[in-house]
Amino acid sequence: MSAAVIESPAASGTDDAPRIGLRAHLRHISALARRNVLWIRQDPESMFDVVLMPIVFTLLFVFVFGGAIAGQGNQDEYVNYVVPGLMAMMGMNIAMGVGTGFNQDFQTGVMDRFRSLPISRASVLIAKIAVEIGRLLLATAILLSVGFLLGLSVSNVPGLLAAIGLALVFGSSIMWIFLTMGVVMKNAQAIQGMGFLVLMPLQFGSSIFSPPSTMPGWLRTFTDYNPLSSLADAARGLMNGGQPVAHDIMITLVWSVVITVAMAPVAIHKYRTKT
Amino acid sequence: MTRIDDKPRRKGDGTGRPDAVTVRGLVKHYGETKALDGVDLDVREGTVRGVLGPNGAGKTTLVRILSTLLVPDAGRATVAGFDVVRQPRRLRRVIGLTGQYASVDEKLSGRENLYLIGRLLDLSRRDARTRADELLERFSLTDAAKRPASTYSGGMRRRLDLAASMIGSPTVLFLDEPTTGLDPRTRNEVWNEVERMVGDGVTVLLTTQYMEEAEQLANELTVIDRGKVIANGGIEELKAKVGGRTLRIRPADPLELRPTAAALDEFGLTGPGGSTVDAATGTVLVPILSDEQLTAVVGGLTARGITLAGLSTELPSLDEVFLSLTGHRATGSAGPGDPDDPDGPRDTPAGRSYEEAAV
Repeated sequence: MSAAVIESPAASGTDDAPRIGLRAHLRHISALARRNVLWIRQDPESMFDVVLMPIVFTLLFVFVFGGAIAGQGNQDEYVNYVVPGLMAMMGMNIAMGVGTGFNQDFQTGVMDRFRSLPISRASVLIAKIAVEIGRLLLATAILLSVGFLLGLSVSNVPGLLAAIGLALVFGSSIMWIFLTMGVVMKNAQAIQGMGFLVLMPLQFGSSIFSPPSTMPGWLRTFTDYNPLSSLADAARGLMNGGQPVAHDIMITLVWSVVITVAMAPVAIHKYRTKT
Repeated sequence: MTRIDDKPRRKGDGTGRPDAVTVRGLVKHYGETKALDGVDLDVREGTVRGVLGPNGAGKTTLVRILSTLLVPDAGRATVAGFDVVRQPRRLRRVIGLTGQYASVDEKLSGRENLYLIGRLLDLSRRDARTRADELLERFSLTDAAKRPASTYSGGMRRRLDLAASMIGSPTVLFLDEPTTGLDPRTRNEVWNEVERMVGDGVTVLLTTQYMEEAEQLANELTVIDRGKVIANGGIEELKAKVGGRTLRIRPADPLELRPTAAALDEFGLTGPGGSTVDAATGTVLVPILSDEQLTAVVGGLTARGITLAGLSTELPSLDEVFLSLTGHRATGSAGPGDPDDPDGPRDTPAGRSYEEAAV
């Protein structure tokens, strides 16, 4: 090995290509998002969760638990209680799918190809989240349709839109957690197993399905601090009025921001340095 | 390290070709495992450098560092003049990568796969479409363009993978075990495509476990083992170094198997190891060092009145190359849990070259 070889002229340059511009970013993200949309055409079963989950859960909760929780014959009332709650829940469940889908991409060599292209590595993650937000929106639309069929009443339409927006913001923040798991964990089953362990207590230990007033004190403390309670309560208040929502909206937004700010850099870093 | 060519190749060495890839003292550890332990190599522009080694030798780690998927712990490397650590974005624009596992999206059609890569490489919609169709045509995938890649055969998938690597017209192409797991016919298909790409002036760094593949495609060869370069040089030099070829002789009458072996031993033409009878295939194996020896063997057997049904020469297998270069067998270095080798040793047989000669 001689010095002449080490000092090859081009190697001494330190200037990397200029940062990728916003328009190029958007182009990359939309190309990658398009890929995920094309998947749906190829694999319609991948939409089962989005289409069936809101239908099955709504029917299940309204007819199986509705009478017990709200009193016999009061299912109509329970629809108004549980549908905003289910809106909060759906974001979590779809977010879990983000992690498993992303993990599968690593099993094939596709991620290696993306990571060896001159695109921002974050754009792969952002495209995935963009598509999942679209799927979440569709799930929410189906949930509301089923809700209306079962007698859901909404007194405040701008409030309804705000509630949908709030659920999307919170749901997308949760996606960053599952994206991180998708990059870090070994396989999709592990993510699913872990996801359920975390999601079940969070969802049931909240005000999503039933008012926490009958719960023991220690559990009430938990539900009070559970962001899903804040989101569900905020959505209820926004859709039907009758209760102050500013505090719950703020809590939900703070959680969303904190989770995103904390987890997005972790997900991007883990993705970038994944070996 | 055994240096076979005495002069390091570089700019101004008479070939007039600058180095497209330079690697100096590259080190990468995974915990306690040293995947790369100070690797040096060069690939001159427009040539093919084969990197030969067993599972776990560090081949994949090397390719991943050169394609910016991994950051080295020490040493430096440049590709097309761009530093892998300091200029990754410029570097990514001039390389193509075909990994060990076909890195295509199985749920997308061939055309959609190529269109996607084109868009990610900043081609306009129209250009991305045109480029995709061009490459589908070139890699004989036009008929399957609209089918999802999951319906493709192994060879079609590799071809699509190669096509995807070519979208950006790279100047340097990394092929990580491009034919591992393919049947011999499909392997030939892939080789033909690689040869065409080289004909277009692309510089290739190719990793392989097969001596035959290296001989077929590479101008120069680097043999690595346990993260270290153990030999470096031209294919012919290396073959001479590891002791030439093996002659496989099939007597027309299987009963003449042992007399044939005995005759060969009598001739004293069999080299240090002597001849070996392979009863399962009805052949006798003889290591030979030169064409003169080959001629002498055939002449001697003819003189004894032994009729031959088949005669072929084989390149040394990776195992034999390793044995003569390092004194240990290649498979010894691939252990379970090796980071370079997630699936453990593959059960594909070592590549062997059969140059059937009519006798």
